[in-house]
Amino acid sequence: MLDKNGIARRIAQELQDGFYVNLGIGIPTLVANYVSEGISVEFQSENGILGMGPFPFEGEEDADLINAGKQTITALPGASFFDSATSFGMIRGQHVQMTVLGAMEVSESGDIANWKIPGKMVKGMGGAMDLVASAENIIVAMMHTNKAGESKLLKQCSLPLTGVGCVRKVVTELGVLEIKDGAFHLLERAPGVSVKEIVAKTEGKLVVPDFVPEMAL
Amino acid sequence: MIQKTVSDAEEAIRGLRDGMTAMFGGFGLCGIPENAIAAIRALGIKNLVCISNNAGVDGFGLGLLLETRQIRKMISSYVGENDEFERQMLSGELEVELVPQGTLAERCRAAGAGIPAFYTPAGYGTEVAEGKEVRVFGGKPHILEHAFEADFAFVKAWKGDEAGNLIYKGTARNFNPMMAMAGKITVAEVEELVPAGALDPNEIHTPGIFVQRIFLGAHFEKRIEQRTVRSKTAQF
Repeated sequence: MLDKNGIARRIAQELQDGFYVNLGIGIPTLVANYVSEGISVEFQSENGILGMGPFPFEGEEDADLINAGKQTITALPGASFFDSATSFGMIRGQHVQMTVLGAMEVSESGDIANWKIPGKMVKGMGGAMDLVASAENIIVAMMHTNKAGESKLLKQCSLPLTGVGCVRKVVTELGVLEIKDGAFHLLERAPGVSVKEIVAKTEGKLVVPDFVPEMAL
Repeated sequence: MIQKTVSDAEEAIRGLRDGMTAMFGGFGLCGIPENAIAAIRALGIKNLVCISNNAGVDGFGLGLLLETRQIRKMISSYVGENDEFERQMLSGELEVELVPQGTLAERCRAAGAGIPAFYTPAGYGTEVAEGKEVRVFGGKPHILEHAFEADFAFVKAWKGDEAGNLIYKGTARNFNPMMAMAGKITVAEVEELVPAGALDPNEIHTPGIFVQRIFLGAHFEKRIEQRTVRSKTAQF
């Protein structure tokens, strides 16, 4: 089974040289820690920076330099700043090649819910709806089940949707699943995880091939 | 050169009245018009409709105007991190319209650019799309979104000149340029106010035509919401 860093490490394997990438808050942010040697990617934060770097050294924080999670960051050589309309132009115009975000629920048809729990959490969608509506390559990083142990990979989302038919891949602590033709397709298992466990914890339609390799990290 | 300078925030917000719609630049607490917010609070203007990506935090940013119940309605994309906001929203004292962030930016840009409405894929199939016209382009459904209308726009820039030209710093740019374009009266507060000619025209982000009033902010706290640092030895 993977921990949060393991999920991020596996997602980092999806990065390709030359990709511009948008990372959401939470596990997705950790993906930046595992970019493999020899490839160049640039991270976009939708509040207005391309070429986002690591957190600043203590004492070097700049209130005018933050990411979409409102954390202080740095800008790498070659970085640029821009306004919010330009930023979402990059996203809507599909200039960003990969988007990684968290989710509360994902359905077998690729619907995603991650912004609202009626009566409990109403914080707003931020840029998530724009991202999922336009990005071609959306990877969801999340736990396979919720705190009550219920599957988050569903036939149909029960929470208010963020977008429809948009998620391409889901990476959880248990494995990697691709979404196509109205089903989750199990591509890889996490180290030490059985197919049986994944089947038991996936409520949506799951296609399991004869051989499911253990992921290489 | 058309002179845009006013003496302070109090003079800059003149004409803002109860019930008006006002835009506030900024993302989180980054690039917010702190001085205009303080002046609006001091003047006690009520029932404002505020268009701003966020609603500040308890005790800072627009949180200051929520505290004094000066806001009737918030139009935002993300309103977490604010207990007073949540309390007013859940009790029905505050009306809230949540708008996807890119749509929010584009509704500002459209307002300033003379585009009454536009189609976007963001929000299709969600509750954001309820009651909105849907049209398919290239096989993909889009929803119709309308430009905002705002009596005032309050923006914050790093440097400005007496002609109203503005330069922003870092990610403090965010919504400020589009809101500057959108306000019927746009008020810019800057950290550095220089004579016309002192800024390189090649480097202007917001041309002065969009700015009606500019003033040197008396005080910028520039609070950091999430101070994240690394030690000198840690890896990215």
